[in-house]
Amino acid sequence: MAKRTPLYDVHVQSGARMVEFAGWDMPVQYSGVLDEHEGVRTRAGLFDVSHMGEVVFRGPKALEALNRVFTNDLGKVADGQAQYGCLCRENGGIVDDVVIYRRSAEDLLVCVNAGNRDKDFEWLRDHAGGAQVTNESDDWVQLALQGPRAQAILQPLTGTDLRALKTFRFTEADVAGIRCTIARTGYTGEDGFELFCRPADGVRLWKALVEAGRGQGLVPAGLGARDTLRLEVAYRLYGNDMDDATTPLEAGLGWVVKLDKGDFIGREAMLRQKQAGLSRKLVGFVLTDPGIARHGFDVLHDGKKVGVVASGTKSPTLKTSIGLAYVPPALAAEGSAISIDIRGRPASAQVVKTPFYVRSST
Amino acid sequence: MNVPDDLKYTRDHEWARVQGARVTVGITDFAQDQLGDVVYVELPEVGDVVKKGEAFGVVESTKAVSDLFAPVSGKVVEVNGPLVDAPETVNEDPYEEGWMIVVESTDAKDLAELLDAGAYKKFVEEEQE
Repeated sequence: MAKRTPLYDVHVQSGARMVEFAGWDMPVQYSGVLDEHEGVRTRAGLFDVSHMGEVVFRGPKALEALNRVFTNDLGKVADGQAQYGCLCRENGGIVDDVVIYRRSAEDLLVCVNAGNRDKDFEWLRDHAGGAQVTNESDDWVQLALQGPRAQAILQPLTGTDLRALKTFRFTEADVAGIRCTIARTGYTGEDGFELFCRPADGVRLWKALVEAGRGQGLVPAGLGARDTLRLEVAYRLYGNDMDDATTPLEAGLGWVVKLDKGDFIGREAMLRQKQAGLSRKLVGFVLTDPGIARHGFDVLHDGKKVGVVASGTKSPTLKTSIGLAYVPPALAAEGSAISIDIRGRPASAQVVKTPFYVRSST
Repeated sequence: MNVPDDLKYTRDHEWARVQGARVTVGITDFAQDQLGDVVYVELPEVGDVVKKGEAFGVVESTKAVSDLFAPVSGKVVEVNGPLVDAPETVNEDPYEEGWMIVVESTDAKDLAELLDAGAYKKFVEEEQE
């Protein structure tokens, strides 16, 4: 049977449609994907993302050990700062893409994808490098409060000054009397926060946020909107856009691979790949013909298959059909013309710069 | 779940409004609700021939892709063109503005095999269990 987060009953009572995702019974939508998507872009949305996993590295070797399995450089971030990057295999294949929260050099929390909880924990434990590695995935409820009004909703519930909490920073604070880690992170392309609390406090935290958001147009939002929101800003989805057979360089994540930081697992393979040149690259595209490109559809050029669609959707904000696809480097330049095989019909598309959507700075 | 009494239904969740040989086709309220927000509709052209039980088009929500199955065989004589630019109509008004095609039925036997409202309701309830 699929696992349930501590908020399962609240979701059902809120009218959510539940679906199985990565072994979890999760809300895919409440009022509707488009409505929730628009709610997050213009006001705020609240997501239960407790299915995400947490693995913690502790001890004097924690920072060094984690930096050896992580492509980005944890030596470059301060305590109270989070960093995005990949865990890679020796051959450069991506075990997972994660956000690591550096509480101190001796205490770091790795937030992993739901579907990779066990795989990541085993991988990290096998590469503990003298650190104490614990799987705390069942010890945390994680809620994401996202959207331009997120700060206005959260601020009255906490004594900490949220204006001082910059992007990718986090702090410990009470929210509605509940002990939380508040991080200014997210997966929607909007301003917002991710809140970690104990499972026993999860329902109370959710209800306090819903109550605080009542006058601000806050909507509960499900995995459907989470996916369309993340794709508009070209955030990668593990399992769709990359997997164990893809390297971060191919996935367009070279910016989180610090080849000059010292040795880490996958570094040699990626150095070689960089020298030899990539055989494929993940790019953004927009369909210029009708239709929606979906994961697994063929990318065509001159009538021949040259690549594959990783993610695709109709962008609720832009109203165009967007996607990410693996193509040969020769077709990766902005403006390149490709086609997508939509159920046997070739639909014209153009390679474009990502993200597709950028929030207006206020 | 809205299941109008004056329509006929398929087990693939299409409805058919039968007026002589003219059969208007769409998807049911249950189908649109299951799909979620419809964001794309692909329909045949006037003059195309459709076959009972075979796909005549596609309806897509933000997450799911579903084939549209013809309730009867015949020639497409009308297509709801505006639907292509306003696919949300399928969610908002599945039985009226959200119609998809009109088929000129060539085989009266097809019509006899469609479900009436009561049988369709029962079918959906059983499928839900």
